[in-house]
This record gives sequence, structure tokens and C-alpha cells, in this order.
Amino acid sequence: MSAQSIYWTPFELFGTPITFNVTTMITFTIAGLIVFLFTFLGARKMAMRPTGLQNFIEWVVDFCRGIIKANMDWKTGGRFIALAYTLLFVIFVSNMMGIPFEMATYETHSVIWKSPTSDPFLALTLAAFVVVLTHIYGIKLRGSKEYLMDYFRPKWFLFPFKIIEEFANTLTLGMRLFGNVFAKEVLMLLIVGLGASSLLWGGIMFAPTMVWQAFGIFIGSLQAYIFAMLAMVYMSHKVESH
Amino acid sequence: MEILSEGIEWGTIFYSLAAFTVLMLIIGKFALKPLMGIMEKRQNQVNDDLDNAEKSRVEAEKYLEQQREELKAARVQAQETLEQASKMSEQQSRQVLEQAKQEAERIKEAAVQDIEREKEQALESVRNQVASLSVAIATKVIEKELDEKEQEKLIDSYLKEVEAK
Repeated sequence: MSAQSIYWTPFELFGTPITFNVTTMITFTIAGLIVFLFTFLGARKMAMRPTGLQNFIEWVVDFCRGIIKANMDWKTGGRFIALAYTLLFVIFVSNMMGIPFEMATYETHSVIWKSPTSDPFLALTLAAFVVVLTHIYGIKLRGSKEYLMDYFRPKWFLFPFKIIEEFANTLTLGMRLFGNVFAKEVLMLLIVGLGASSLLWGGIMFAPTMVWQAFGIFIGSLQAYIFAMLAMVYMSHKVESH
Repeated sequence: MEILSEGIEWGTIFYSLAAFTVLMLIIGKFALKPLMGIMEKRQNQVNDDLDNAEKSRVEAEKYLEQQREELKAARVQAQETLEQASKMSEQQSRQVLEQAKQEAERIKEAAVQDIEREKEQALESVRNQVASLSVAIATKVIEKELDEKEQEKLIDSYLKEVEAK
């Protein structure tokens, strides 16, 4: 597909062009605003007997608590509830955004509406953010000595693999999310493009589009869950002695 | 590949990083913290309520048991009272009957004594009369005055003869 995002390179820093992917920025901001809105509307009344949206938000929080509790002690893991919640919710909303429709300009085929998680930079940024946080909290909670010793456990010669593991974790965490959502969007564009080519194809491709959208919802939910879950798994490796 | 040819989009990276961090901090501080607080509070309350319910249940059971015991005691007491009352009434009736019997016996005794006495009196008077009458008759019949003392003796001997018969 020739669909391409809108880029904006306002300046260079140390000879490197600082490029902004405007499409990703807009859609990710909207995803963030949706999450913000839902969370605040749900947490606004703060009733002892929750109703409506508060129930939903509390259910999500409880779900995140389940994810954390599956990996570490709640006393250690309780502080990561905001991370798990935001990751889960933002990635879920981002994944859902590309499902009902995508928008592109007619002339240049510049995409202006898609799932922001189908941008590899965004997905990898989130993954790197999570992995960096695991290192920070590993040092903070267990001390730098314990943290460094972990690279030589259980045997000293595993050190190189431990280093590779950190990069591999970052890459796989980001690429898994990006790959799934990107593939979903590419196939969606193909199906919809074929359906839009003629009236006959439109009739034929109606059912596959629906099926693929349903599958997209499934993949999007699953990937959001996996991302949050793996983030907590990596976190537990670093903050808990084992 | 497009990505490699165009280089790393540092702008996108910084923007998404900043956006995510800000969102996470805001949500964590202003929404999740109070929400977790209230969830914990609710959990505690539910626990307390459950504890209280359990306590009330135990108490109620205790009360019920106590009531049952009391009821049983009351029933036993009532039974006892009833038995006592019936026993007493029986005793009383027996006593009354006994008394009546005694009274009757006594009255009968008195009557018999009365009769005996009357009979004695009557006999006495008859004896006297017979004596005087027989004297009179004898006087009239044999025109012979008899010694009243002698006469009486004679009659007595006759009467004794009659009685012996």
C-alpha cells in the first residue's frame, strides 16, 4: 500500500533531523484523551457503592491488580498499578482506533487516522520505556549490588546472554505489538480496498471485512493484555529476588 | 526499508514518551490513587460487615438456644404444676370423701345410739306401765291388793323369762 503517514521535520539536532510522525502523534493523543476521559469520569464520583462507569474502571483496575499479583507480591507490585493500567488501557484503545475506519487524504494517500500502535516507533518507545523502568526500579528497590549481581546469576558465563536478553525483551515486546496491529491494518486496507473497487466486490467482501474486524478486536485486546502482562513479568524479574 | 532509509523518528519517540508518561502520572495521581483507596475501604467494610454478620448470627443462635431452653423449662414447669394441681385435687377430693364418710359414720352412730336410748327409754316406760297396768289389772281381777314390791319382782321375773326366751 502506498498509504503513508504525515511527517514533519521542523529542525535538526546535532546533525540529526528530528522527525515527528504527525499521524501517530494525533491518534496517540486522542487515545490518551479517551483513556483520560473514561478514567476521570469513572473516578469522579468515587462512591462506596459504584455505579456505571466507576464499576467499569474498578473492574479494569482489578484486572490490572490481577496481572500484577500473578507476577509479584502486592507489596512490591502495588506501585506499578498506574503503569499497568495506563499501558493496558491506552494500548487497548489505540488498537481499537483503527478498526472501525481509517482515514487518508485522497490526493497523497497520507494516513490521518489509524491505530497509533501500528507505528513501530511508538510501540518500541513504549517497550523501551517499560524496560528502562524495570532497570530503574530494580536498582531502587534492591540496591545496585543486587541488581548487578543478577547479571551473573545463576552462572557467571550467562552474562552476555543476560545483556542480549535485555535488548531482545525490548525488541520483542515492541515488535510484537507493532507487528500484530500493523498486519491487522494492512490486511484491513487490502480487504477494504478490494471491496471498494467495484459494487460486486463490495458485496463479496462485506462478510470478510466484518470477520477481520472481529478478529482485529480480538487481536487488539489480546495484544494490550500481553503487553501489560509482559511488562509486569519483566518488572518482577528485576524487582524481586529469586 | 522505509524506516532505515528515513532514519529514526526521534520526534515521534519523544512525543509518545512524554505523552505516555504524563498520562500515566496524571491518572496514577488523580484517579487511581483515590480509586484504590476507596476500593480498599470498601473491601475493609465488606470484611467488617461479614464479620459483623457472622457475629450477629452466632449471637442469634445463642439467643435461640436460650429461648428454646427457657421454653422447655417453662413446659416442664407447667407440666409439674398441672400434675401437682391434679394430685392436690385428688387428695382433696379423697379427703372430702373421707370426711363425709366419717361424718356419715358418726351420724349413723349417733342415730343408732339415739335409737338404742329411745328403745331403752321406751322399754323402761313400757316396763313401768306394764307393771302399773298389770298391778291395776291384777287388782281388778283378783281384787286383791298385792304388795307393789312383790308385784314388781314378780313382773321382773316374768320379763326375764320373756327375754331369755
